[in-house]
Amino acid sequence: MQVRPQGLYYVPADAYIDPHDAVGRAIITHGHADHARDGHGEVFATPETLEIMRTRYYLKDETQETGLAYGTRHDLGNGVTLWFASAGHILGSAQAVLEYNGTRIVAAGDYKRHPDPTCTPFEVVPCDVFITEATFALPVFQHPPLEAEVEKLLRSLRALPHRTHIVGVYALGKCQRLMKTLRLAGYEEPFYMHGALKRLTELYEGYGQDFGAWELVSEIPRADKHVFQGKIVLCPPAQINDRWSRRFADPLPTVASGWMQIRARARQKRAEMALVVSDHADWGDLIRTCEETGADNIWITHGRVEALQYALEQRGMKAKALNLIGRDESVE
Amino acid sequence: MERFSDLLDDLYFTNSNLAKEMILTQYLRATPDPDRGWALAAISGTLSFDLFKRNVIKSLMMERMDPVLFDMARDYVGEMSETVALAWPQSPDAVRLNRLPDLHEVIAEFQARDKAGIRDYLINLLDNMSPPQRWALLKLGTRGLRIGMSARTVKQTLAKMKDVEIDIIESVWHGLTPPYTELFAWIDGKADLPDMSDVVTFSPVMLAHPIDEEKDLPRITPQTHIAEWKWDGIRVQVSSTGKETKIFSRKGEDISGSFPDLAQAIDFRGVIDGELLVKPNGEIGSFNDLQQRLNKKKPGKSLMEKLPAHVIAYDIIEQDGVSQRALPLSQRRSALAELVATHENERIDMSEDLTFSDTDDLRNLRKQAAQTGGLIEGVMIKDLSSLYVSGRPKHAWYKWKRDPFLLDAVLMYARRGTGKRSSFYSDYTFGLWNDEGELLPIGKAYFGFTDEELKEIDNWIRRNKTQRFGPVQEVKKELVFEVAFDAAQISKRHKSGFALRFPRIHRIRWDKPANEADRLDALAALLGQ
Ligand SMILES: [Zn+2]
Repeated sequence: MQVRPQGLYYVPADAYIDPHDAVGRAIITHGHADHARDGHGEVFATPETLEIMRTRYYLKDETQETGLAYGTRHDLGNGVTLWFASAGHILGSAQAVLEYNGTRIVAAGDYKRHPDPTCTPFEVVPCDVFITEATFALPVFQHPPLEAEVEKLLRSLRALPHRTHIVGVYALGKCQRLMKTLRLAGYEEPFYMHGALKRLTELYEGYGQDFGAWELVSEIPRADKHVFQGKIVLCPPAQINDRWSRRFADPLPTVASGWMQIRARARQKRAEMALVVSDHADWGDLIRTCEETGADNIWITHGRVEALQYALEQRGMKAKALNLIGRDESVE
Repeated sequence: MERFSDLLDDLYFTNSNLAKEMILTQYLRATPDPDRGWALAAISGTLSFDLFKRNVIKSLMMERMDPVLFDMARDYVGEMSETVALAWPQSPDAVRLNRLPDLHEVIAEFQARDKAGIRDYLINLLDNMSPPQRWALLKLGTRGLRIGMSARTVKQTLAKMKDVEIDIIESVWHGLTPPYTELFAWIDGKADLPDMSDVVTFSPVMLAHPIDEEKDLPRITPQTHIAEWKWDGIRVQVSSTGKETKIFSRKGEDISGSFPDLAQAIDFRGVIDGELLVKPNGEIGSFNDLQQRLNKKKPGKSLMEKLPAHVIAYDIIEQDGVSQRALPLSQRRSALAELVATHENERIDMSEDLTFSDTDDLRNLRKQAAQTGGLIEGVMIKDLSSLYVSGRPKHAWYKWKRDPFLLDAVLMYARRGTGKRSSFYSDYTFGLWNDEGELLPIGKAYFGFTDEELKEIDNWIRRNKTQRFGPVQEVKKELVFEVAFDAAQISKRHKSGFALRFPRIHRIRWDKPANEADRLDALAALLGQ
């Protein structure tokens, strides 16, 4: 395994994992924009991830696609076997398991351990080298159960029925997980949605997810402002405080993100409500996962690398920083 | 405790003041006594005690978490309480509570316990709380709440709850103490407004605007305005029921303990606004002299004899239990003159009406003030028709300070600022040369320059760094600031022996060689020494 300018490179298979530039052969762990890019010659991913990439126009006609369902082994040549294990991050997200010469390396991509009704749970794969992210690798990040955060939103809807609750969510994963959890908590009103969230939500529905009724904001006449009062409007995070949100009566800007645990971050976004909703493993889960894989070596790709490396070394594990650049934390 | 924590969160994340008022109103209406009163005290900053000390929190954390990780986390979060609130590791033998205690129970419990007991209770609560609840507790306990709500907005909220003017709240506020049960009984319509006639209270003071020479001076005539000296003491309010007297600072802090000689000498019932000074040998002393009294919470007899406290009265706010606020200044001054004359008292006299016939006379008075070695700070000019209004009403009172003192000092150390300025060196320590050719620090300043100048200074500092002492960056002793300040005082804490009052950067002397900057003698000369 090498760190090259294009990203993490696996020498025996001549393949990159989640490269940020176009390469000949790419293994893609999941569909988030900072992991899946366009223009690769050959792509290995789960069928769901390929579908997401297609929806986002990341796959060209000439791209050679290989879809591998979780657990399906594939011969990459040169004695290398690739298979995917679920990562629990978003729909289709996977850990890339690479086996060669009796050594197993697992590149986990982004992952989480908290329950998520919209994707398959994380699977622990025992391995020799575990490659982990460290987005939330500080002891201050202990993600609360999502149910509690959703309850906070529902309580606010009851207390402030005149205000339009505009919730900023990332279009892929966060949006659908929040909607589904709200439904499970008994929320029955339709969701109102910014156009940017539509296609990926439909894609999730194509995989059997049911989010109940939702409508596009753009399809409701501008004069009918009252429709949104006391309801949930979902949009990309950048839109909660911009011109788009001014069409609503008495908007209450809310951000759903793992960063919302830090008060100053929430204030920076001018959010009046901060929901801690994270697609990533928190501090405790990062360490637990590294331990559970039984790996002799932990390599850390991005995030609060120094803290995780320190904590793992304190526990007697061998950890090193790969210093991958180009991961975009704002999508969390 | 849950509701208190929810309240703080709601207030913290709400942007508009009006919405904050609504949230606080809802809480105060829905929450029983005494919890709502304690919450009110926490928010308006009137709690008079810490529940626990900051270093207790820190030491608990150090026992529970790797210090390296804690530092990394605190650096990332930027603040200790929030870091602890988020990262608190449950005790392995945590004692589960069936419910969190109410706010008043928490306060009573902490107050009843000794040091070790406080520790145990704090651990027990933190183990049972969610991160926002822990944050609320830590901020409450160390009186560090900042939720963007001023004391005035809080009082405004109370006034609106009862549909009265804010002045009514102001008039009783300083006589009340947490948890404010009488106040809420009145708001709920279950009792009369608390009677403050037997309670010595602070009444918010009226303040002056700096004069705008162009706009304001032409308006001023001897028929419509009076002029007084602006003495360099501290503004006080002497408030007495005739039996009990208190002396409050401008902000309502009770400083009677430091001035029992003055408090005991008051034998009238009323509230006087004036300047507190000391009179060594029967003459008005400098601010340095006064400082010696201010520093002593319980002054000894000899100090009080050497530096007896004295008040120059400017105004009367209340007499015999009747507010004088609604009378024009001309009538208040007559009443004050009569009071001072009838209660002959060497501790109080009335401020002199300075004679002037035109603005030139006023200019001359201001020049005279500059010749008093700092005893007089300038001239006060007040509209004779002005009512006594708390705060800083427009076109009523003006202060016209004498020109500041100026010295050329050399930049010695710099620190980064906070907030918007955290990426710049914006906090400067500068010094003057002594006879041995050594630079001795005389003060610090962090304003007086434009954003543009800040960038230039920052750039200069980055190119001229020498040693570093923690957050403090030492620089080459080459850059000269012209420093403006209102007064200087003798200080034992500073190696130079002086401390400046209100120093600011007046000009950056890029052109001036450091060895031509001022010497400490120049400062001594300004003080008339
Ligand atoms: Zn991702």
